[in-house]
Amino acid sequence: MMSDAAAPMPSADGLGCGEPTVLRERGQREVFCGLASIVWLHRKIQDAFFLIVGSRTCAHLMQAAAGVMIFAEPRFATAVIEERDLAGRGDMDAALDGIVGRLIARRPDIRLLFLVGSCPSEVIKYDLDRAAARLGQAHGPGVRILTWSGSGLETTFSQGEDRCLASMVPAAPAIGADAAPQLLVVGALAEVVEDQFGRLFDALGVGPVAFLPPRRAEALPAIGPATRFLLAHPWLGETAQALQARGAARLAAPFPLGAEGTTAWLKAAATAWGVPEDRFEAVTAAGRARATEALARHRERLAGKRLFLFPDSQIEVPLARMLARELGLVPVEVGTPYLHRDHLAPELALLPETRLSEGQDVERQLDRCRQARPDLVVCGLGLANPLEAEGLTTKWSIELLFTPIQGYDQAADLAELFARPLIRRAALAQ
Amino acid sequence: MQLTVWTYEAPPHVGAMRVAAAMTGVHLVLHAPQGDSYADLVFTMIERRSARPPVSYTSFQARDLGADTGALFQDSCRAVVERFQPQTLLVATTCTAELLQDDPGGLAATLGLTIPVITLDLSSYQRKETWGAHETFERLVRTLAGPGVLGPGAERPPRAAGERPGCNLLGPTALGFRHRDDVREVTRLLDRLGIAVHQVAPLGATPADIAALGRADFNVVMYPEIAAGAARWLERSYRQPATKTVPIGVGATRAFIHEVAGLAGVDPAPGLALLDEGDQPWAAPLRQPWYARSVDSTYLTGKKVFVFGDATHAVAAARVAAHELGFTVVGLGSYTREFGREVRAAAKDFGVEALITDDYLEVEAAVAAATPDLVLGTQMERHIAKRLGLPCAVISAPVHVQDFPARSAPLMGVEGANVLFDTLVHPLMMGLEEHLLDMFREDFEFRPDAAPSHLGTAATPAVATPDPAGAAPGPDRPAPIQPAPSAPPAAATSAGAATLITWATEAERELAKIPFFVRGKARRNTERFAKERGVATITVETLYDAKAHFSR
Ligand code: SF4
Repeated sequence: MMSDAAAPMPSADGLGCGEPTVLRERGQREVFCGLASIVWLHRKIQDAFFLIVGSRTCAHLMQAAAGVMIFAEPRFATAVIEERDLAGRGDMDAALDGIVGRLIARRPDIRLLFLVGSCPSEVIKYDLDRAAARLGQAHGPGVRILTWSGSGLETTFSQGEDRCLASMVPAAPAIGADAAPQLLVVGALAEVVEDQFGRLFDALGVGPVAFLPPRRAEALPAIGPATRFLLAHPWLGETAQALQARGAARLAAPFPLGAEGTTAWLKAAATAWGVPEDRFEAVTAAGRARATEALARHRERLAGKRLFLFPDSQIEVPLARMLARELGLVPVEVGTPYLHRDHLAPELALLPETRLSEGQDVERQLDRCRQARPDLVVCGLGLANPLEAEGLTTKWSIELLFTPIQGYDQAADLAELFARPLIRRAALAQ
Repeated sequence: MQLTVWTYEAPPHVGAMRVAAAMTGVHLVLHAPQGDSYADLVFTMIERRSARPPVSYTSFQARDLGADTGALFQDSCRAVVERFQPQTLLVATTCTAELLQDDPGGLAATLGLTIPVITLDLSSYQRKETWGAHETFERLVRTLAGPGVLGPGAERPPRAAGERPGCNLLGPTALGFRHRDDVREVTRLLDRLGIAVHQVAPLGATPADIAALGRADFNVVMYPEIAAGAARWLERSYRQPATKTVPIGVGATRAFIHEVAGLAGVDPAPGLALLDEGDQPWAAPLRQPWYARSVDSTYLTGKKVFVFGDATHAVAAARVAAHELGFTVVGLGSYTREFGREVRAAAKDFGVEALITDDYLEVEAAVAAATPDLVLGTQMERHIAKRLGLPCAVISAPVHVQDFPARSAPLMGVEGANVLFDTLVHPLMMGLEEHLLDMFREDFEFRPDAAPSHLGTAATPAVATPDPAGAAPGPDRPAPIQPAPSAPPAAATSAGAATLITWATEAERELAKIPFFVRGKARRNTERFAKERGVATITVETLYDAKAHFSR
C-alpha cells in the first residue's frame, strides 16, 4: 500500500544460524482488531460481560464478525461514544456509570465485567482503569470490573484474547510458594478439548490442572510460583508475561495441533512432572494411533498441495508445521500478524523451509499469492470470495478459531477443514 | 454514550463504501486503523461480491500516532493511484482518524494528483451508514457533474429528433436490499413506456457516467434515502425533475407509470397494460391482485402486521400489506431518522404512532406490545420475531446473505408486486391448514417442534419451550439488556406479568395444546387479560375467557 520510497524494504531478519528469514512488511492490513476475540470469549466465560467503550464502527465490527446468525442475546455490547461526549457536552464518566449500572441490574448473573478499550477510547485517552476502579467500588464485590484494550491500534484479532487473559491474571488468587506444582493450561479451548486434555493429564498423573480462562469467572484459578503453565495458543505473549510476573513458569512446547504437536505439548508437562517414559507412551498411545489413522485418510488428498497462509491470528506457524509434517502440504508462504520468536521457537525448529512473513502489505502479498498459484489459500473472509473468483481455492482462517482443532481427537477435524475446499472444488468441476 | 448491542446501520464510512463498491473507476482511501478492514467482508460475504471493494485502509498503528499519520495517509493515496489507477479518488476518515484531525482533503490536495479527489466529511460520531451513502453520492454527483451545470435561466437543450425520452435511475448501491433486481424491473417497465435509461447510478456507473447525468430528461429516485440530495441538486442544476413515487406494490407502480409518462411526455397505456389482469388473471404478468382475491387468501383478512425498516421500504410494505393484501397495520416504524417525517405521515394513515428509533430493544418491545400476526422488517426483526414466536418476512436492509437470492426477486414494478405477495404470505400458515391444526391440535405431529409442513425443514420453529417462553429470564433466555432510557416500559409486559401471575397446571397443559405458532400470543394475551382483571392464578377458565375477550 505504501510507495516504495516510504515503505521499508522487506528486511531479512535473521533469527540466527539455520533459522528462517522473515519478510517483514508494513502497508495495508486485512485483519480484525482484538475486539473480534470477544466473539468466542463471551461464550467461553459464562458469567462475564464485555462492554466495549468505542464507536459505531466497533459495534458494527462485532455484528459483522459474530454474524447475525448467532443473534441470541449476547454477553457483549458497545457503549458508543457520541459527538456530545467528544465535545465535552456530556459527562462520559456519568454516562458510562449509568450504562454499567443498568447492565448489571438487568443481568444479575454477571460476575465479571470487562471494560474493553478501542481505538477511539485510546486516542481520546479515556481512562478505563480509573473507570474500572470507580465502578468496582460501586458494584463490588459482587461484580468484578477488569479492563483491557482490543483496539486495532495495538491488537490484531486473537491478541484481544491475550489482553483479556492478561487482565485476569492479577485478579487471580495466590497459591503459596510451598504449594505442590500445579498445571495451568492457558488459552480458551472448546469444552470438549478441555475435557480431553483433563482426562489425559489425569491419566498421566499430572495435576492438579486448571484452565485459564475458566468457564466461570468466579472460578479464577490460583496462581503462584508453584504454577507451571502450558500455552494452548501462540498468541498469548502478554498473558505469559503476566503469569511469569506472578512467579509462574512457562513450559516451552510446540502447540497442540496434530498428533505430533499434541504429543510434544503433553510431553512438556509430563517431563515437568517427571512422568516415566513408559507411562507417557501408554497413556498417549491410543490418542496418537487414532489421530495418525484418521489423518492418513486426509493425507492422500492433501499431500503435495501447495499452501499459502495470509496473516490472521498467529496460529499460522503451528498450523503450517502440522499441515506440512503430518499431511504433507507444502507451505509456500506463512504469513502471521506477529511472530513471537520465543514462544514459537519449538515450532520454528520443526517447520520446513518456507517463506515467513510478518505484518502485512495485503496488496503485495496478494501479488505474491497470485504469482505462486497455490493449491490452497488460508485467508480472512474479506479475501476468500475474491480469490475464489480468481480461481484459487480458499479456506477461511476464522474457522480455525471457531472450531475445536486442538488435541488428538480433533486432528482429523483440522485436516478435514483443509480437505473440504479441495473436495468441493473437485466435485463442482465434474 | 449510547448502549448498542446490535445496530441497524453501520458507521457512515460503510455507506461511502457502498457507493464506491457499486461503481467502477472509483477508489476510496480510508484513513483508518487495521481493524476497520473488517468491513470488506460485509461485501464479499453477504453480497458474495467476487472482487474486494475498491477501498484501501491506511492501517495506522499506535506507534504511528506519535509520528506522522498524515504522511502515511499521503503514501497510501499515492500507492492506490499507482496500483489501481482510479478515475476518481474518494478520501475519508473513519471514527478513529477523525479524532486525529489529519485533514485528508488538504493532505490529498498537496499530492498533485491529476484525477478528481473528493473529500468526504463523514462525521462518524453523529452520522450513520445511510447518511454516509447519501452524502457520498451527492458529493460525487456535485463534483463530477458540476462542470456541466446550466447557467442561470438556461434551458436543457432539446432532445435530438427521434431520440427516445430518457431518465437516470438514482440510488441503487452495493449491499442494497434487492437493488440489483429492482433496477432490472424498473428498466423493463420504462422500456415498455418507450423511455430510455441513460445512467444507473451509483450501481455500475463510472465517473464519466456520473458526469453525463445531466443529459437525461428526468431522474427516477429509486431510493430516496440515498439519492434524494443528488436528485435535488440535479433538479436545480440541470432542470431535471425527479420522481416522487417509489413503485413498490400495484398501486404505487400504477402511480409511477403515470408519473414517469407525464415527465417523459409519453402515453402511459403500454405500461398500464402490464397491470391488466385480462380474463386469465391467474396467468397474467401481474398475479398479485388475483392471488389476493383468491379464496384461499381469505384467511389473511385483518391479520395484524407490524412493519419496520428503512423509511421507503417500511412505508411501501405497510401500504401493500394494508391496501393490497388486506392486512391490518398495527405498527409502523423506521430507523432512518432523516425520513421520520414521511414515516410519521404514513403511520397516521394507518392510525398508528410511528416508531422512529435505532434501538432494536425498543423495536422488540413495540412488536411484543402490538401482538401482531406477522412482522415485516429487517434481519433484526427476523430475530425479534423468532424470539417472540411470530412469523416474519424481511423487506428491508440491514440484510443477510439470505436476502441476496440467486433468482431475481425485485420489490419494484410488476414482478415486485408478485414477489411481495409471496414474501408476505408464505411465512403465514396456509388457511385451511390452519383450521385443521386448530381442530386437531392434539395430533402428535403438531407438537411444539413440528414446523409447518410447507416451510420444509428450513423453518425452525421459534417458540418451542414449554416453560413460560419469553417471560422470565432463564438460562436460554437471558433478560434483555436495559433499553435506552427513552424506551417505553412496555418491554416488561410479559416479564412483569409472569412475576405476579401464575399458571395453574391444568391451564398450562391446555395452553400446550394450542399450536406453537400462536401459543406465545395466547400466553401473552391471557396474562394481560389476567393482569387487567387482577387474576392471580390463570385457570383453564381464564384462558378461555381471555380467548373470548380477544377474539375478533
Ligand atoms: S479497529 Fe479500532 S475502531 Fe475499528 S473496530 Fe477495532 S477497535 Fe473499533
